Amino acid sequence: MTDLTQFRAEAREWLEHNCPPTMREPVQSFEDYYMGGRNPEVAHPDQQLWCERMAGRGWTVPHWPREYGGGGLDAEEQRVLREEMARIGARRPLDSFGISMLGPALLKFGNEEQKQEHLPPICRGEIRWCQGYSEPNAGSDLASLQTRAEDHGDHYTINGQKVWTSYANKADWIFCLVRTDNSGSKHEGISFVLFDMASPGVTTRPIRLISGSSPFCETFFDNVRAEKKNRVGDEGKGWAIAKYLLTHEREMISGFGASSGPSPGKTALETVGTDAEGRLDNSALRQSIAQYQLDARCFAATMARVGDEVKAGQGLGAASSIFKYYGTELNKRRNELNVAVGGENALGWEGDVYRGGEAARSWLRSKGNSIEGGTSEVQLNIVAKRVLGLPDA
Amino acid sequence: MLVLNEDQVMLKDAAAGFLADRATVSHLRKLRDSDDETGFDPAVWRDMADMGWAGIAIPEAYGGLGYGYTGLGLVLEQAGRNLSASPLESSVLVAATALAELGTEAQKEHWLPAIASGEKILTLALQENAHHAPLRTALRATRHGEHVILEGSKCLVTDAHVADAFIVIARSEGRPGAEHGLSAFLVEAGAPGVHVERRHLVDSRNVGVLTLHDVHVDSDNVIGDIGAAWPGLSRTLDIASIGLSAMLLGLATEAFERTVAYLGERKQFGRVIGSFQGLQHRAAHLFAELELSRSIVLQALQAIDAEDPELPLLASAAKAKLCEVATLSTNEGIQMHGGIGMTDEHEIGFFIKRARVLQHQFGDYNYHLDRFARLSGF
Repeated sequence: MTDLTQFRAEAREWLEHNCPPTMREPVQSFEDYYMGGRNPEVAHPDQQLWCERMAGRGWTVPHWPREYGGGGLDAEEQRVLREEMARIGARRPLDSFGISMLGPALLKFGNEEQKQEHLPPICRGEIRWCQGYSEPNAGSDLASLQTRAEDHGDHYTINGQKVWTSYANKADWIFCLVRTDNSGSKHEGISFVLFDMASPGVTTRPIRLISGSSPFCETFFDNVRAEKKNRVGDEGKGWAIAKYLLTHEREMISGFGASSGPSPGKTALETVGTDAEGRLDNSALRQSIAQYQLDARCFAATMARVGDEVKAGQGLGAASSIFKYYGTELNKRRNELNVAVGGENALGWEGDVYRGGEAARSWLRSKGNSIEGGTSEVQLNIVAKRVLGLPDA
Repeated sequence: MLVLNEDQVMLKDAAAGFLADRATVSHLRKLRDSDDETGFDPAVWRDMADMGWAGIAIPEAYGGLGYGYTGLGLVLEQAGRNLSASPLESSVLVAATALAELGTEAQKEHWLPAIASGEKILTLALQENAHHAPLRTALRATRHGEHVILEGSKCLVTDAHVADAFIVIARSEGRPGAEHGLSAFLVEAGAPGVHVERRHLVDSRNVGVLTLHDVHVDSDNVIGDIGAAWPGLSRTLDIASIGLSAMLLGLATEAFERTVAYLGERKQFGRVIGSFQGLQHRAAHLFAELELSRSIVLQALQAIDAEDPELPLLASAAKAKLCEVATLSTNEGIQMHGGIGMTDEHEIGFFIKRARVLQHQFGDYNYHLDRFARLSGF
């Protein structure tokens, strides 16, 4: 028996014994994702149990090193674990910005002490993180941020305002871009600091979106103390970390483009009807859906190709630079088609008959995909300059 | 794995080097301007065959290299990049595939080695009207004792005037539209009743009209079972569509790269026009579309070699996508070159002309998007 076969057998047996039946049911709504934290939001008590058990094996973050609470699995073992989880329909035990964004940055730029302090609680789902990037006057032009950090020897005092801070009202800690120096170019003088959201002087205010939900906050800092030992990287050199982390954020958001759900074509067969030959009974809608499904298929093939190129040791090709742009634009198209296909059903806002306005809210929320994490226009700028080598205006 | 192996990378590099030297847009221009009788350079074709390219996808048992269609696709992509004139599409991509899919053992043994060596050029005669509609084939095949008699005509026959033989798709039974009753026949050039007329399309490449009047075909030249050609023909057409998609990928990528280079050179208002965001975003979007195109073409090529049951869907996905993106790339190519792009002297115009012919052959965007929807179940 090869090591991998043995690993599969063990994983299968362990999952069979440890994954609660409720955690094998498909995710129905956003509440079914477990985000952890000091005051976790729990839709079902088994979420905590499942997270705890998986964390015990390091399998909440299987690809991180064991010494920091991860699973220490290689790529093949990760694949086997994913397959075995999929086999029984096991949910991911934990989702968090700690895993998807801060962790990769800490692993690359953090010192040993910072990794030891912050990574294990992420793996155990004990600390929920938020991202302090955008400001009212620093959106696409993020590097012009003005939140000030004053030097007080062993700590900084932070004053300013962030906006679009995802779940700031629910987060325990923040990774935050602050200005430690105003004298040089705007890209210099930015530092990357971590601090506790329970610190005196931090207030948050949720922002209600057109979709009716409030996933983002305005976040205010009034003389907030941040320890210098929690600055990642050198003072004034935070922009490199910020950019590295943005690539992880964009990867996460571009994944929306490949998101599943029923094909609009199949749904339309029911809501719109078919002609005598079984074709969708509206040729204009049929064409729009076909164009979308064609592009979605080509996009999925591109994600697969780039993944295979990395596995084959060819590195991350230029194709990956289009993921955020193309994936989010596709997701918007899919949502527009869902509304067109759903008709009146998709325009409902409240009530069980409209499933709580699910289609309309998803459609409206998708509009933000091509804004958050770098707008489509910024992504196109990046491709034009870095990939095509076209000069600055 | 959606990556090329070492052999494939070597083949691609070899094709890129040879074609960029010997069969370029300027060679095509010379063929056009001299009203060349053959329509391609026979010496170049001989060299291509000597390197084994005419037999890349033909099994070793029939004198080929047995490299598969992914390998052939790489050469076709480079031929698309350089607008290389040769019988690679007609004889190697389409006719050899039709014979391999439909032919008897004796027919394969007779013809495939001759195609692989470049000694013979074969071509498929299928289309009868303004559009690709294989099931509507109406050219009549009538039994007459030991023979079958063919009567009718075919258009858009690639390399018709230089072909040694034709694979003629005809209807032996049923009405136009039916799958059953389609048959394939081998008809040699110069046989009694066979008439070829060369035609001139916008891309300056070889096509012609084949007219068959009272042409007698003996039983040795019935390709496969009479009346049952559709499954093999359908697979042949899927492979042909994917091969032309690979050519369109090379063509659209080359037109794009030339255009981006021009954006970096041309100055107006005191700066290079590539610094204007209005052009940058269009170029970046086109880059994204070309990356998607590259992925679907590779996936479709690999599906041929893997005998993937999704081949029909992937063939239509690849051709529809590449038709769309080649249109965008060549239209933007002209527009972004501005006035110089409208001149015959500049080469960018050759790309838009060739693109539209390749797009049309074996079904255009509208044909394949409709088929993609049908195969997707709506």
